[in-house]
Amino acid sequence: MEKLEAAVKEVREAYESGRTRSLSWRRTQLAALRRLLYEREDDIFIALKEDLGKHQAEAYRDEAFDAPCWILLCLLMRSLFDFDFDIDFSCSGLPQVGILIKSVNLALEDLKKWMAPVKISLPLIAFPSTAEIVPEPLGVVLIFSSWNFPIGLSLEPLIGAISAGNAVFLKPSELAPSSANFLLNIIPKYLDNKAVKVIQGGQEVGEKLLDQKWDKIFFTGSPHVARIVMTAAAKHLTPVALELGGKCPAIVDSIAGERNRKVAVQRIVGGKWVSCSGQACISVDYILVEEKFAPTLVELLKATLRKFFPNSDFLSRIINEQHFHRLSNLIKDPSVANTIVHGGSIDYEKLFIEPTILLDPPLDSEIMTGEIFGPLLPIITVKNIEDSIAFIRARPKPLVIYAFTQNNKLKSRIEAETSSGSLTINDTMTQFAFDTLPFGGVGASGFGQYHGKFSFDMFSHKKPVLRRSFLMEYSFRYPAWHEWKLPFLRSVYHFDYFSLVLRMLGLK
Amino acid sequence: MENSGEEPAVEGGFDGAKATELVAELRRTFASGRTRGFEWRAAQLKAIVRMIEEKETEITAALYEDLSKPGMESYLHEVSMAKAACTFALKELKRWMKPEKVPSSITTFPSTAEIAPEPLGVVLVISAWNYPFLLSIDPVIGAIAAGNAVVLKPSEIAPSTSALFAKLLPDYIDNSCIKVVEGEVPETTALLEQKWDKIFYTGNGKVGRIVMAAAAKHLTPVALELGGKCPVLVDSNVDLKVASKRIVVGKWGCNNGQACIAPDYILTTKSFASKLVDSLKETLDKFYGKDPMESADLSRIVNSNHFNRLAKLLNDEKVSGTVVYGGQQDEKRLKIAPTLLLDVPHDSLMMKEEIFGPLLPILTVSLLEIRMHHLLTFLVSNKSSITCFFLQFDKVEECFDFIYSKDKPLAAYLFTKDKKLKEKFVRTVSAGGMLINDTILHLANPHLPFGGVGESGIGAYHGKFSFDTFSHKKAILSRSFGGEARARYPPYTPQKQKILRGLINGSFIALLLALLGWPRD
Repeated sequence: MEKLEAAVKEVREAYESGRTRSLSWRRTQLAALRRLLYEREDDIFIALKEDLGKHQAEAYRDEAFDAPCWILLCLLMRSLFDFDFDIDFSCSGLPQVGILIKSVNLALEDLKKWMAPVKISLPLIAFPSTAEIVPEPLGVVLIFSSWNFPIGLSLEPLIGAISAGNAVFLKPSELAPSSANFLLNIIPKYLDNKAVKVIQGGQEVGEKLLDQKWDKIFFTGSPHVARIVMTAAAKHLTPVALELGGKCPAIVDSIAGERNRKVAVQRIVGGKWVSCSGQACISVDYILVEEKFAPTLVELLKATLRKFFPNSDFLSRIINEQHFHRLSNLIKDPSVANTIVHGGSIDYEKLFIEPTILLDPPLDSEIMTGEIFGPLLPIITVKNIEDSIAFIRARPKPLVIYAFTQNNKLKSRIEAETSSGSLTINDTMTQFAFDTLPFGGVGASGFGQYHGKFSFDMFSHKKPVLRRSFLMEYSFRYPAWHEWKLPFLRSVYHFDYFSLVLRMLGLK
Repeated sequence: MENSGEEPAVEGGFDGAKATELVAELRRTFASGRTRGFEWRAAQLKAIVRMIEEKETEITAALYEDLSKPGMESYLHEVSMAKAACTFALKELKRWMKPEKVPSSITTFPSTAEIAPEPLGVVLVISAWNYPFLLSIDPVIGAIAAGNAVVLKPSEIAPSTSALFAKLLPDYIDNSCIKVVEGEVPETTALLEQKWDKIFYTGNGKVGRIVMAAAAKHLTPVALELGGKCPVLVDSNVDLKVASKRIVVGKWGCNNGQACIAPDYILTTKSFASKLVDSLKETLDKFYGKDPMESADLSRIVNSNHFNRLAKLLNDEKVSGTVVYGGQQDEKRLKIAPTLLLDVPHDSLMMKEEIFGPLLPILTVSLLEIRMHHLLTFLVSNKSSITCFFLQFDKVEECFDFIYSKDKPLAAYLFTKDKKLKEKFVRTVSAGGMLINDTILHLANPHLPFGGVGESGIGAYHGKFSFDTFSHKKAILSRSFGGEARARYPPYTPQKQKILRGLINGSFIALLLALLGWPRD
């Protein structure tokens, strides 16, 4: 543990040397990170395969897309050949390498703009003065990432922290050991290893880290651990960002049109099983649907599942035995098991759980009270689709609400009456890939938003700087307080320059 | 700032059960959607403006009872600032509430993306005693503007203002959504045990830690507005008369130094110190007369606890003989005269904690002025306030430990005409806010965020920043069912992988071919 303290000290010294503040350091680090992503892509896929059994193509799609190029091509294909092709690249994929490359590129491109002070206009009375808001690094920040997207959820905040000029301590999850190992071994080869450090370890190391004083703690994981993190942070008044999860509902309206239905169901399946078998904080947790539309939906889901997953090769496995048991216990209870309408088989050897659909499991069962975080999908029926709003409001605020509907009135009702980290209409997961949209929770799903410029802001302090000159002194600003000063001050506060001038000239 | 309250609980008051009931009631009203509409918010803000206008005398009187605050200061720093904040919010509210359209990248075309601010829910505002009116109403204005239900807990150390809030607010604003709870530690503890959607606390670091730890139990985000030792660096090239006036008004003209952004100590060069001291003395004489203990233009010390704390700082053996102006104390009337101390040792009590009172130590640099630049380069912002350097160190190494042991202050002030020094100051010194060639004024600009960093706090407010502090920015992405294709989904055929591979390698030709189905294996 002395080693840990020494390492923390070294990072602080690196920060205090001042080098992480410069544009050039930030640029070099980001460029190195980009090189890492390009050069070590294979290693990343191997690590992910070992940790989660992710199919290589899933890893590619999730982690390696160069989006603009993809889109241009798709658009080109569509326009030239009327080629029916997917133009949403990220779709179900929770991006790791691909989105990471996109994030690094954006940071590299916009960094100078982000770092520039923002000029603020001042009222005339303050003349001659200038004001600006100067973003400055917070200092040494600690990032705890989680096991489900062990590379993406480590490096995405890292990009933000480096962009903002901080020194960083990164602790990847011990539950994804191959990825953690990869980060531990590879990051020092590319980045300034005095200012950016990776540490491996479990709870004990985590606790030791929390004893240290940080300038920000960024945590991705469960509410239980988040409480521990925030309580520890309180001792040092350290600001925290907590990226948690929650039961993300998908409201599925009775969609008209066969094609639309097909698309919606594909996107739901994409948002549930395609990325990491539902082990994602923005996975669809359960579906809300009208009673009369439920049978249609179930049939469509089944058909799509059969089409997408002819065998289990294309599914991620469950991360470890503990989670495997947790998940299999969720469907063990007869009152829940009876509601299974698809799947339900489990393979202990391979830690695989078949994509499973349940229709109206009891609402007080564990599967409906806690976050599922796995390949089980309960469908809850409501009389009218509008009832789903009350259903969602009665529960903790989720990280995201998905809604599939063509009904604009319903859309705006959901928008205004529910609260969630984000709201995505007619798709799943895509919101994660938007660097113009902030990503983060609210209420039980956490606080603090990142991605794109929001990541930079998260790791910056916005310092207001007001510059004045020694010219222009108003004596009425100072004591001793005489009655005659008050009207002057009132004029100033009302920005009533006319009467101020009159008063100064002694005309009023 | 202080928000202590060691006094025992009031009997039969507000307890845990009552707090739970109160929050439950507010949750019900919030859930009804009452607070969300523009009309409700605007009506409340208008009512607050009306309250301030109609009750200005009462407010000023309460502030006088609590702190003997001079009427002009009450008007300048509390009444008019609160009113300005409120009218500004009213003027901007519609714009703030409007969802912000953001470019939805071509990747997910056709789609629209926007960021819509929404209220957090039921929020708790715990305020401080030194600006008991402004620091209570200002966050409440932000919370209302953002559409939240609010509980305000004013500081018990300013009992008259606290009572005034409890009496006045219900007459003006919607009682079912905005509540005032008066009380001391037990009441505050009962409140902190509840689940809130945000806690906004103004006060000191000790209580700040308690608030944040309590918030952690419910994963509630917090804003902590704390204080710190705000340094003033005075270069020798300044317009001395103007600088002195601005320092004096920032220190003693702000509640007699009992303000979180009041200058805590001055750093200047050895050769300039005596000139500065003379000028400050002259200004003090001019502002507060030959006998400041009798001046009506100075606030008193808030209570005997604080009086004793300050007396202890002043009577510290280590600072004996350093008083160059003032130093008079009158425990009965809770008055301490504006006091200047020259060259206090850096291990004195006064230099270890936030002074928060009318004492102003001046520290000098023994090194040559020319080296100011040089010194600043070492002030790597992290924990340092510019401070330390200008204590009498001989070895640079010695300074380092001192610098790094200092916490980031809420505000840092620099007086200089040297452009380069200004830039260096801005670049290397970290502080909640920064003001060059003046004091305090940055607080009054609604376009600037006000808040601390590091030990001086978390979160910023004022103007739009207040609205943001009490809002959640919900990302909304809306797509149509158009533009759907197969490659996105499993089963992952070799062809799909080839497309992906082509993309990664950036090979357009390979990609085109793959999309068209060539080459086949």
